[in-house]
Amino acid sequence: MVQPLGYLKESASQTAGPYVHIGLTPNFSGIDGVYESDLGAIMVTDKTLGRRITITGRVLDGTGTPLKDALLEIWQADAAGLYNSPSELRGSADPNFSGWGRSATDGVTGEYRFETIKPGRVPFKDGRLMAPHISVWIVARGINLGLNTRLYFGDEEAANAEDPVLARIEHRVRVPTLVAMADGDTYRFDIHLQGDKETVFFDI
Amino acid sequence: MTDLSNRKPETGAFFSRDRLWHPPGLTPGYKTSVLRSPQKALLSLDGTVSEITGPVFGHSILGELDNDLIHNFAKSGESAIGERIIVHGRVLDERARPVAGALLEFWQANAGGRYRHKKESYLAPLDPNFGGCGRTITDADGYYAFRTIKPGPYPWPNGVNDWRPAHIHFSVFGHGFAQRLITQMYFEGDPMIWKCPIVQTIPDKAAIEQLVAALDWGNTIPMDARAYKFDIVLRGRRSTLFENRMEGN
Ligand SMILES: [Fe+3]
Repeated sequence: MVQPLGYLKESASQTAGPYVHIGLTPNFSGIDGVYESDLGAIMVTDKTLGRRITITGRVLDGTGTPLKDALLEIWQADAAGLYNSPSELRGSADPNFSGWGRSATDGVTGEYRFETIKPGRVPFKDGRLMAPHISVWIVARGINLGLNTRLYFGDEEAANAEDPVLARIEHRVRVPTLVAMADGDTYRFDIHLQGDKETVFFDI
Repeated sequence: MTDLSNRKPETGAFFSRDRLWHPPGLTPGYKTSVLRSPQKALLSLDGTVSEITGPVFGHSILGELDNDLIHNFAKSGESAIGERIIVHGRVLDERARPVAGALLEFWQANAGGRYRHKKESYLAPLDPNFGGCGRTITDADGYYAFRTIKPGPYPWPNGVNDWRPAHIHFSVFGHGFAQRLITQMYFEGDPMIWKCPIVQTIPDKAAIEQLVAALDWGNTIPMDARAYKFDIVLRGRRSTLFENRMEGN
């Protein structure tokens, strides 16, 4: 016999289901008056430091049909590359930027949308800088465990070329699935759940 | 947020997720998963600062009735119809430590099994006094509680005759973005749990039983509400004592 480790098992995930918007974006889903506003709907104020950008796109299933019942959350560093989190030990992040946003996909077009700022660079575990990126989490009906991916920026070619996470993608043809294309200050990032263009998802 | 513990902030990466315990992506018995599950292998990424950090939600975001679904949508002086219950428990991590300051958001059908949603097609009636969403934040011991009515089971288009057991959806925000979790709570003694294709996406019976809340007679409030106890476990964190990191990071 050995001493028991005493660890617990993580609660198993279950799909967010078709009505995730009721729980996480009730005002968007038409349930007014319970919360003043939906959490994560507004990321940026006048005081937030950094370049304003828009991120928009769709989540597409294996037939190329956009999901109209999905929910996305993003998590990113501030303009100086600091996270607004107690676990951030490198310095204090911009107090006017939480770094976290939440968006429901539209019931007609399937588009999600975030108004945010361009994040700064943050270090990989070995101290090398990663390219500017945003962590993305996707849940929906039919997704049994939330999917994690990253958005990188199409106009950061030099930084992307030396990014240690992108470098780990063996099949180089898949790297563009993580790169949002710039059109002025708007970045378009479609997420493909399946198929030739299947987005690289992470086991983080 | 006010600092809820004297422990210094934790910066270790999370325990790797046991993907044999969670449902796999592709579960043909749950038909919608077939076209929505990635088919290529996930890329393994031991947590960087982008994954081990996460936003903090202060108690200031909470309204007085956010943890009372019986009243938070009801007209003044009225209340939602149904079996009055209290759901309470703790959020722990895999090391059995309480997760303080965790944001819990929950949503559910009304007592008749009907959601307040434009795409809902079940013929059960809406309750004008029930919205179906609520939220709370765990205290320093990882404890939470909210009041609601017991949701009804409902049919859904999957197989010809599939029904969801009574359940409450939970979204949980711990301390790191990699701890993010959505799950569902079921009710002790419900025979429909074992007939549900969504429950059956979970391969391990013990993992299913961990999602079944026990009737908590001790905490039942006489002449008011029965209690159900539901503990939630999030991923644990490695200690950083021996992490190999560059000086100064
Ligand atoms: Fe449901």
